[in-house]
Amino acid sequence: MSKIVPVVQEIMSANDSLAAQNRAKLDAAQVVGMNIMASPGAGKTSTILRTIEALTADYKLGVVEGDTANVTIDADKVIAAGMPAVQINTGGNCHLDAVMLSGALAQMPLAEIELLIVENVGNLICPASFALGTHFNVVIASVPEGDDKPYKYPNIYRGIDALILNKMDLLPYIDFDMAYFRRGIEILNPEVAFFPISCKTGEGVAEWVAWLKERAAVYRQ
Amino acid sequence: MHELPIAENILGIALEYAEQAEARRVTRLNLVIGQLSSIVDDTIQFYWDIISKDTLCAGAILNFERIPATLVCLDCAHAYTLSRELTACPQCDSIRLKVTAGEEFRLESIEVET
Repeated sequence: MSKIVPVVQEIMSANDSLAAQNRAKLDAAQVVGMNIMASPGAGKTSTILRTIEALTADYKLGVVEGDTANVTIDADKVIAAGMPAVQINTGGNCHLDAVMLSGALAQMPLAEIELLIVENVGNLICPASFALGTHFNVVIASVPEGDDKPYKYPNIYRGIDALILNKMDLLPYIDFDMAYFRRGIEILNPEVAFFPISCKTGEGVAEWVAWLKERAAVYRQ
Repeated sequence: MHELPIAENILGIALEYAEQAEARRVTRLNLVIGQLSSIVDDTIQFYWDIISKDTLCAGAILNFERIPATLVCLDCAHAYTLSRELTACPQCDSIRLKVTAGEEFRLESIEVET
């Protein structure tokens, strides 16, 4: 006999419920979690290192590094900056998911940190589909990637809290229409905080860090 | 590239419900996928055929119901369906928009033989 069995279940529900557990674990330890997403080469690690440099006097930080390959280059840089870092090797996978972050949280000395920075795998598509349980999400774009990225990769820009535009020092040399880029972002996410920065010159980093401190303080209350 | 874990999620949910229903086999899965979720049907089908092979879901048909993205303008209340990329309100050019449909990503039902 054949019959129809109603299901009506979100396909990502397993990931989403584990993300909720990650959030609860962070909350219990009074750690604010931030997920950083970007395409490869946008400057995720450089931005994280700049952020660490600016925040280290005020916050105890930890970093989770997601990488597709079994290399520790990024984690080594963070450890050299004096922070606890856990590397997740996704084994070729294109994104971090809640299961992987859960494993990393188990290795992270949460009692010793206040702000956890999660560096997602360099990719503008897949990370958007997998909630991790962090308190806020940030995308780093960069000038050389081009001004059309919000139109080509809309999902990553929706639901983020801040957008960093890195490599502003290259703006004079590249055809990048700032108004077109910003309009694309505003259609997708009118509330997003926007920070044009240059990790090379340090331009705009202070504004970004001020926002981050303010947001972290809200969650830590 | 993330269609494999998604196919695994679909299989996990389908098997759970199939076992509860004491199904001998699953013949069809009815999926509801919004236009805004970046999922490629053919790629899921490709992984599905491999991972479902030795399960109750072997040979089951994946039926994708696609939901178009619908937006409502918060300024002039005009509702419109996206044809391609996200655009401002075609009536008043506002960018204060609310997505009312197109983000669906769920398994609606399964068809089984008991």
